[in-house]
Amino acid sequence: MSVLIYTETEDGKFKKAAFEVASYAKEVAEKMGGEVTAVSFNANNASELGKYGVSKVLNIQNDKLGKFNAEAYADAVSQVAQKEDSKVVVLSQSANSKYLAPLLAVHLDAGYASNVVDTPESTDPFTVKRSAFTNKAFNFTKITTEVKIVGLSQNAFGLKENETEATTEDFSPELKDGDFSVNVESVDKAKDKVTIADAEIVVSGGRGLKGPENWGMIEEMADILGAATACSKPVSDMGWRPHSEHVGQTGKPVASNLYIAVGISGAIQHLAGINAAKTKVVINNDPEAPFFKAADYGVVGDAFEIVPKLNEKLKEFKAKNA
Amino acid sequence: MKILVCISHVPDTTSKINFTDGDSKFDTNGVNFVINPNDEFGLTRAMWFKEKQGASVDVVNVGEKETEPTLRKALAIGADNAIRVDTPAKDGFQVAQQLAKVAKDGDYDLIIAGRESIDYNGGMVPGMLAALLDANFINTCISLEIDGDTAKAVREIDGGKESLTASLPLVIGGQKGLVEESDLKIPNMRGIMQARKKPLNVVEPEEVATQTEAVKFEKPAPKGEVKLVDPENLDELIDLLHNEAKAI
Ligand SMILES: Cc1cc2nc3c(=O)[nH]c(=O)nc-3n(C[C@H](O)[C@H](O)[C@H](O)COP(=O)(O)OP(=O)(O)OC[C@H]3O[C@@H](n4cnc5c(N)ncnc54)[C@H](O)[C@@H]3O)c2cc1C
Ligand SMILES: Nc1ncnc2c1ncn2[C@@H]1O[C@H](COP(=O)(O)O)[C@@H](O)[C@H]1O
Repeated sequence: MSVLIYTETEDGKFKKAAFEVASYAKEVAEKMGGEVTAVSFNANNASELGKYGVSKVLNIQNDKLGKFNAEAYADAVSQVAQKEDSKVVVLSQSANSKYLAPLLAVHLDAGYASNVVDTPESTDPFTVKRSAFTNKAFNFTKITTEVKIVGLSQNAFGLKENETEATTEDFSPELKDGDFSVNVESVDKAKDKVTIADAEIVVSGGRGLKGPENWGMIEEMADILGAATACSKPVSDMGWRPHSEHVGQTGKPVASNLYIAVGISGAIQHLAGINAAKTKVVINNDPEAPFFKAADYGVVGDAFEIVPKLNEKLKEFKAKNA
Repeated sequence: MKILVCISHVPDTTSKINFTDGDSKFDTNGVNFVINPNDEFGLTRAMWFKEKQGASVDVVNVGEKETEPTLRKALAIGADNAIRVDTPAKDGFQVAQQLAKVAKDGDYDLIIAGRESIDYNGGMVPGMLAALLDANFINTCISLEIDGDTAKAVREIDGGKESLTASLPLVIGGQKGLVEESDLKIPNMRGIMQARKKPLNVVEPEEVATQTEAVKFEKPAPKGEVKLVDPENLDELIDLLHNEAKAI
């Protein structure tokens, strides 16, 4: 029995999500009495996955698969799953994995549970806990097919080392022309910016910041903490910040370790999207702002005074703890 | 061009989420249902194709009679026909198979669905539908143009965006960006009157399998009190974040 993981790389290097799905899959494999196999695309150092409990890596070296392509990747991953007779396939919930998973489900006749937040409550029947109603509730889902696909929410399990000797081999999938009928023309991605999906820390600003010209201090805090920047919906609707920064129920979900909200009231639709963040801090001059009910730590006061002071102190802290 | 917009019927974003029957069922008591926000962006984009490129627009929902007001609202916004597949939505795969039948029967060029429903957050129906139809698929779509039988689309990726082209037939998983918030239409009186006369066809479901089953629900544990830090003592905040939360 093998648990297969789809591991994402960027420029040949594994992303943190790859190590997290490996850590998770190892625990699932132990519960079920099996081993973890990984499939990777153009990875430079495939055996690195052994650190997180992977026994075998099938690495696909193929220039045509240099850019993510959902249909082609789904075709390749299902061929690996079939060859390895995998009964469970685990992937992350990055934009690409969410694109891939439902295609894979149809290829493999497999039931798919997305946004899974914990190891299976039971493996027979295979029942997982997932978040639903945009983090307002959890839902236990039983997957009844022979092959199961698990989409693991980011930071839900964390990293767990499990030093294993990983064997690596090359795998050449059979690709069809039809696999490339959606054509990626160009990718526009900020290279040196931390993304909301990958970030450990997210610093977010709301309408309380009054205007786009005041975002310097938010960017500075993000810089000091190595964080991604985000915003509330009205802020992106007014064009103060790009749409890609809008978080919440109708925007991006946040599952970082730390979320710092500055001048955000904490409307239900905003909180829904950020509830999965582990630690939440709010800075707001209105002590009645609903965000204080959802936060772990709060500072009541004027952001224009607090944030610059906090930035100075964070710089000192970072200098000491580097 | 024939467009099919898949409409999922969901509790509005302010709804209180509760469960009944021993936490096995969503409690619909007092809940206001709406068109799934991601589908509303898609529907509005479809109206643009109708006005500017002469497309016809059908809407479809897989659900029981109580979803009809949501389909009527889609008609009031301007869709030409509505179809309801008369069966409760059980899981993503079952819904995708029902939609695939409707899509094949109607021979659509473009199928617009949403990135995810805001109730179960499955994020699976559009991809499964595309795979079942062997049609092209673009997820998290934030811009879509059609020229002849070629689609030009932009998709949101983590940390940026990607431009793609694909030939029709195409299925998209759409979201905000397809149109802006300010472009969303609130149905006017005339739209509502017209919607009453537009066809809402109820079709019998296919016999199809499910792959998953929602067994029970649980609400998150209540949160502890917020710890307030004095604005004059921000070192304490840093200390708490470092030593207590281990977040920095
Ligand atoms: C269908 C629907 C979907 C939605 N989806 C989302 C979503 O996905 N994400 C989202 O964010 N919103 C969403 N919203 C909007 C949401 O309801 C709120 O309107 C929005 O989150 C408010 O944004 P805000 O907190 O930035 O602004 P406001 O509510 O205006 O809050 C500003 C806050 O800043 C504080 N403030 C003012 N001055 C200062 C100062 N000098 N220092 C410190 N604090 C200050 C104020 O006390 C206030 O609490 C949605 C709404 C609907 C109807
Ligand atoms: N019962 C349904 N009837 C019609 N369309 C649906 C239904 N459920 C989901 N969809 C479509 O699929 C999208 C994604 O839903 P989901 O996979 O359930 O998150 C929705 O935005 C709709 O466009």
